[in-house]
Formats: sequence, C-alpha cells, structure tokens
Amino acid sequence: MHEVQDQSLQYSHPHTRTPEESKAVRKKILLVTLLLSVITVVEILIGIYFSKTHVGPGTWTLIKWFYIILTLVKAGYIVLVFMHLGDEQKNLRTTVLLPMVLVIYLIFIALFEGEELLQYVQEFMK
Amino acid sequence: MAQATLDIPANKIWGGGTSPFGASYGKLMMWFFLLSDAFTFSTLLVALGYARHVHADSWPLVEKVFHHFPFTHAHLPLLYVGLMTFILIISSVTMVLAVDAGHTNNKKGVLFWLGLTVVGGIVFLGSQAWEWYTFIVGGDGVMKSILVDGQVKEVLVQGANLQNNEYGHTLFANFFFFITGFHGFHVFSGVVINAIVLYQASQGIYEKRGHYEMVEKAGLYWHFVDLVWVFVFTFFYLL
Repeated sequence: MHEVQDQSLQYSHPHTRTPEESKAVRKKILLVTLLLSVITVVEILIGIYFSKTHVGPGTWTLIKWFYIILTLVKAGYIVLVFMHLGDEQKNLRTTVLLPMVLVIYLIFIALFEGEELLQYVQEFMK
Repeated sequence: MAQATLDIPANKIWGGGTSPFGASYGKLMMWFFLLSDAFTFSTLLVALGYARHVHADSWPLVEKVFHHFPFTHAHLPLLYVGLMTFILIISSVTMVLAVDAGHTNNKKGVLFWLGLTVVGGIVFLGSQAWEWYTFIVGGDGVMKSILVDGQVKEVLVQGANLQNNEYGHTLFANFFFFITGFHGFHVFSGVVINAIVLYQASQGIYEKRGHYEMVEKAGLYWHFVDLVWVFVFTFFYLL
C-alpha cells in the first residue's frame, strides 16, 4: 500500500500570507477592475458619439481597429490576471494560448471569402 | 527490440510524480476544456463576421436596434448592453476575490464573495431575458415582401423570429439568438456550478480537504464566460 497524495494540495498556493502580500493582491485586483471598467465606458462612448453613420469610412476603419485592440487588452487582463494564467508555468501558458493562432487563419479566410462573395453577388445582380 | 525503448535517458521520461505543468489534473483539464470552448465561440463569431461581410448591404446598424432601457422610452443606444457588460465584469471581480479567499483557506470570504458572484450571474441572466423580450416584441415593424403559403406577399413584420425580423437580414436575428443564447446558456451553467460550489463550501467539504481548488476551477469557468462576453460585446454590438 502506498500513500495516495492529493495532487491539488501538492500544487496549491501557500496558505499563509503576510498582510502586505494580501494588500498587494487586492490592489492588483482593484487596478484591473478599474482598467476593465474604464475601457468598457470608453468603448460605449465611442459607440454612441462616433456612430458608423456619422463618420467617414476611413475613420470607421480606425475606430474598428481601436475597438479590436481595446478588446484584446481586456481579454489579456482577464486571462492573465483574473484567470491567473500569468502566474502559471510557461509551458502551460503556451499550451493554452498558442492553439488560438489557428483562429487568426480562420478569420482571414472567412472574411476575405465573405467580401469576395458579396462582390460576386452584386456583379451577378446587375 | 524491446530493449531499444529503454535506451532513452531516464531524465527524459516523465515517470509520473511532479506534473510538468506544475498544475493538478483537474485544473489542467479545465484549461483544456476552456480551450475547446474558446474554439467553439471563435467559430461562431467568425461565422458572424462572414455573414456580415456577405450581407453587408442588408445588415442593420446595431445601435439602431439596441437602444431600449427599462422604465424609460428614451433613445439610449448601447447603454443597456454596456450595463450588462459591467454586471458581468463586477461578478468576475467578486469571483477573483472568492478564489483569493480560497488561497488563504478563508471560508467566510469564499462564502461571501461566491454568494455575490451567484447573485451577479442571476442579475445578468435577468437582463438578458429582458433584452431578448424587447428584441422579439420589437417596435413599429416594417413592411417586407416575404413568402407566405408559397406566395410572395407584403406583410407587416414586427419584432423578430427565426424566419423574419424588422431590423434587417434574417441572419442578423439568427446570429443574435444563437450567439447570445449560447453564451447565456454558459452563464446559466456557471451560476449552477457556482451555486453547487457555494453549497459544498458552506458544508465545510473543502475545509476538510485542506484546499479550495474547486473554487479556483469554477472561477476559471466563470472568468471564461466573462471573457466570451467581452468578445461578443465588441463583435456583435460595437462593430
């Protein structure tokens, strides 16, 4: 008979913490919360005051990319801080994040195909 | 021949013991599940992008569709979805605090913050129900020529269903129902999981175990639900 070890206990975080450490953790959570809220408010304000109908196509493209960057920043903070992926080992981080590269390829082919198809249909309907 | 496999130096083989990922089995599997779920949502959102590009000429302006707010008839574009986003972010923060309380084996803290997370999830689900109701009922409606009993007729289309909607292309409502519905189902399962973990924590099960890793795993799932909403918010409502 060998002793069965609780894996979760083996890898769990230290259960004692100094008050300074607790304070630092809380401060980090508060800062990320503020950042996520501010980004959301900025996104909504842009959505209300710079509507697609009110700005030119060039400005709209710029706003679109701005939205995407803000979204990725938000996603990064949620995954790395709230989900603690930033505190995990590098190989776990790579295992989880690297496969998402495939999605970039999917976006590329789907959107180009969509645009092409629209042009084709419009040509056909003429 | 059998000898050949043994020629690999012993330090190259992982013979059990310490995990090469420095994480327990349960947490690792939760990450892998979330990765597969991320692919599911990615394909849904990419399909939405594809439909938007193909039907760019008949896709409605989203802020013209979602401008309602409870208890008022004012024209407030995006504000209600913004509020929903904020509710989900706050419930994510209370979950982080619950996980953090679990790290120090603080049972009271876990119960308090996890309880608030469950409440936040229920509030979000209620908000979504209201949004679906408003979307389905619709406003004044528009005249559309659609196929009725094999004949094309001019019909007043009000609100939305899976065949027709007053806002724009049929796919717009279909994607709205499917993506927010699939996400809402995730929120619902998250609330159920959090409620079960809350009950088990209150019964002292994790105290007996000596660690609150179950809160951490439920937390991963809950944060993922928030993460998906961040993308849905951008790619369905903002763009």
